[in-house]
Amino acid sequence: MNLRVGTDDVRSQLRHPMKFARGLGSAQHGADHWWVQRVTAAALIALGLWFVVTVLSLLHADYATAKALVARPWNALLLMLFVVTAFWHAVLGLQVVIEDYVHTRWKEVVLLVAIKFLAVLGALAGVLAVLRIALGV
Amino acid sequence: MADTQRPLSPHLQVYRWQIQMVTSILHRATGIALAVGTLLVVWGILALASGEAAFEQFKSCTGSPVGLILLVGWTWALGYHLCNGIRHLVQDTGAGYKIPQFVRSSWLSVIGSFVLTVLIWACVLAQGGAA
Repeated sequence: MNLRVGTDDVRSQLRHPMKFARGLGSAQHGADHWWVQRVTAAALIALGLWFVVTVLSLLHADYATAKALVARPWNALLLMLFVVTAFWHAVLGLQVVIEDYVHTRWKEVVLLVAIKFLAVLGALAGVLAVLRIALGV
Repeated sequence: MADTQRPLSPHLQVYRWQIQMVTSILHRATGIALAVGTLLVVWGILALASGEAAFEQFKSCTGSPVGLILLVGWTWALGYHLCNGIRHLVQDTGAGYKIPQFVRSSWLSVIGSFVLTVLIWACVLAQGGAA
């Protein structure tokens, strides 16, 4: 807080402390980023392990076998969940890295928007591809 | 650089390397690597959806020597980020913050990541290798 002299000092003492808090902190959504990062992390423990096991079971599968396996309802569902959750978690993590290390404001904003665009693109592409395989269109 | 001239706090170069620093840095590094790896997963699914030729191309790329090296790297990154991520979730509950516990769990993450990598690639080799 500013150190002031004379009348300014008196005036600042008369101001409600709320004046200094406004606009400087979180309101209602402060913990969202932190919390969603943890929730997606917890989900990715299970989904990630499932993904690794599934890929291992597909090692020497030919095209038709691989496609049939992904087309099974549970596999299709879990694969879509895995892709969406992974991109979501990745965006939250990359966002913190960018905020920490990119100190030029416009570059920071461009990168923050770019990773969000890329993640939505990747997640939607993944989901559409799984749906196409699962529904056989 | 920062827009304003401010005194900077001491950074990495002034500290002796400790396992807690290594695990923290690696968590970010593997996280960035895995974000890129997610694009590879999407490429695989897209290839599977677009047809046999695209899928064979995907398999030959991932099965190439460079592809295999990258896959081993991503396997380790996933194993590490998983182990250390669980460690962070445990610490979020407030547990394990005494320095000896912190150091021990750091080492557990590192060792666990290598165990997982070896296990996964042992499965691959047991099935007669990748490609």
